[in-house]
Amino acid sequence: MAEVTLNDIIRPENMAYKRSGLMTGNVMHYCPGCGHGTAHQALAAVLEEENLQSRTVGITPVGCSVLMYNYIDIDFQEAAHGRAPALATAVKRLMPDRFVFTYQGDGDLAAIGTAETIHTCNRGENILIIFINNGIYGMTGGQMAPTTLPGMKSSTSPYGRDVSLMGAPIKMADIVAMLPGTCYVTRQSVNTAAGVRKFKRALKKAVQYQNENRGTCFIEVVSNCPSGWKMTPVESNKWLEENMFPFYPLGDLKAPEE
Amino acid sequence: MEKELRLMKGNEALAEAVIRAGVDGYFGYPITPQSEVLEYLMEANPQQTTGMVVLQAESEVAAINMVYGGAACGKKVMTSSSSPGISLKQEGITYIAGAELPCLIVNVVRGGPGLGTIQPAQSDYFQATKGGGHGDYHLLVLAPASVQEMADFVELGFDLAFKYRNPVMILSDGAIGQMMEKVWLKPQKKRSEEILPWATTGKPASRPRNIITSLDLDPERQEKFNQKLIAKYREMEEKEVRFEEFMTEDAEYLFVAYGTSARLCQKALQLARAEGIRVGLLRPITLFPFPKKRLGELAGRVKGMMAVELSAGQMVEDVMLSANGKTKVRHYGRTGGMIPTPEEVVDNLKSFIKE
Repeated sequence: MAEVTLNDIIRPENMAYKRSGLMTGNVMHYCPGCGHGTAHQALAAVLEEENLQSRTVGITPVGCSVLMYNYIDIDFQEAAHGRAPALATAVKRLMPDRFVFTYQGDGDLAAIGTAETIHTCNRGENILIIFINNGIYGMTGGQMAPTTLPGMKSSTSPYGRDVSLMGAPIKMADIVAMLPGTCYVTRQSVNTAAGVRKFKRALKKAVQYQNENRGTCFIEVVSNCPSGWKMTPVESNKWLEENMFPFYPLGDLKAPEE
Repeated sequence: MEKELRLMKGNEALAEAVIRAGVDGYFGYPITPQSEVLEYLMEANPQQTTGMVVLQAESEVAAINMVYGGAACGKKVMTSSSSPGISLKQEGITYIAGAELPCLIVNVVRGGPGLGTIQPAQSDYFQATKGGGHGDYHLLVLAPASVQEMADFVELGFDLAFKYRNPVMILSDGAIGQMMEKVWLKPQKKRSEEILPWATTGKPASRPRNIITSLDLDPERQEKFNQKLIAKYREMEEKEVRFEEFMTEDAEYLFVAYGTSARLCQKALQLARAEGIRVGLLRPITLFPFPKKRLGELAGRVKGMMAVELSAGQMVEDVMLSANGKTKVRHYGRTGGMIPTPEEVVDNLKSFIKE
């Protein structure tokens, strides 16, 4: 039997998925096993499938995904830390026919940008907020985030998060789901192929709701941070399922009637 | 709306001029003594006439970041506030300067530091002209001295902001904002529908994606960018210096004052001249770029310059740099919302002359 090479396997007829044409092909700076790259790919695929490139404005945060604009071939604005929803508010109000989204981490959205997040959702701005929650500050090297789990160690909670001193993790999706301005609030994941498919479905719903001017859509992705958690990618995904998902349960918190 | 003569407060005249200039968006937050701007715009409801967006933000921080987002779309957008609120906006302002975006920021200055007072002051001069936020940057700063200029500087401010792709500040004060004067308002301009080539409005197939950012992790490229900004500021210093002179031809002494202080000095000048003191006035209209060259020339032929400002002495440093030792320079000012009388200014001029 002839030896099978990789090139024999990677052929169009064997490919269940292809890289979205909206990915720029730039080499990503993300750590091996990080969920950001997968979330970017899924988002790019949806923007491409929905034919949104020419009318999309994305807002990137400060955090690991600050350089997201290098990876997806759409117009981007890079916001100050936590302020992405304020930028998105103005973009959407000034250009209501554009598709506008923010992409933010937990430090950005749930700590320094809490006011912008809550008031943007409360005004019911017709934008999509994508919230990557990995329970840690990744870019600055693994400090405690507002979403860090109780007892979880980080470089600024080296003995574990003591909720009596540091407060309990904040559940942003639960908070914004209470606000009348939000129309769709859901928690998703991208650590499995099935999770990615569900995340894409959620993104497509958010596109539809924004086209229908139904209010703010908020998609939280409960994700991992192998480097910040000091785990291998495989260990981090196991820890994600065993610890993060029970605290931040996946599924819809709020969905409009179809 | 046609050209029109009205009696208005400075803040209201500015707000009306904003609508008539065809501005796309205003994002504000209430603070005394500038709340009339937001109130006037909300009542006028230009969304229904020109399509202009008016939004009360949850904070000064959010308001300036809304300006950032709108400016990044190439829209004519602005905010206004007063001193403590302008401090909160500094983060957004430095990002806007770093991303080379045009916008208009209005500061109706009140006394500080901290919460300070709600009365007029000129104690934000350093903050306005030397950067304000972190990093090497400048705003182009216009200082109105009348209700008419509150209105006129809106359009001028946006023209300069778009010409240089740089934030412009109108540095007013509580007196100019609150006092009523007659003002000529210009006819209504249409909002622009032009899509600017650098703006983030959605990427068509015909151009590469536009990215608005102030980040560059490569120090060599960042330094090149800083040099580009510096060149822009030098060009402003060559082309955009604006000032006004009163009775400087035969002046032995010179008041240097802007805004409310310039109005005071006009009266003080009359009083001093009546006593035979040959004093003139130079009123900077642009505070950055500062009329350094003209002050340098005048320094060569006057016996002294007195910077009159409602602060502990801020603009006086630029006057000293401009005079460059060629003449003596003194500061006179009141702080905390107190305004000197013209007589007080003249008394101080007299003691300066005796020195």
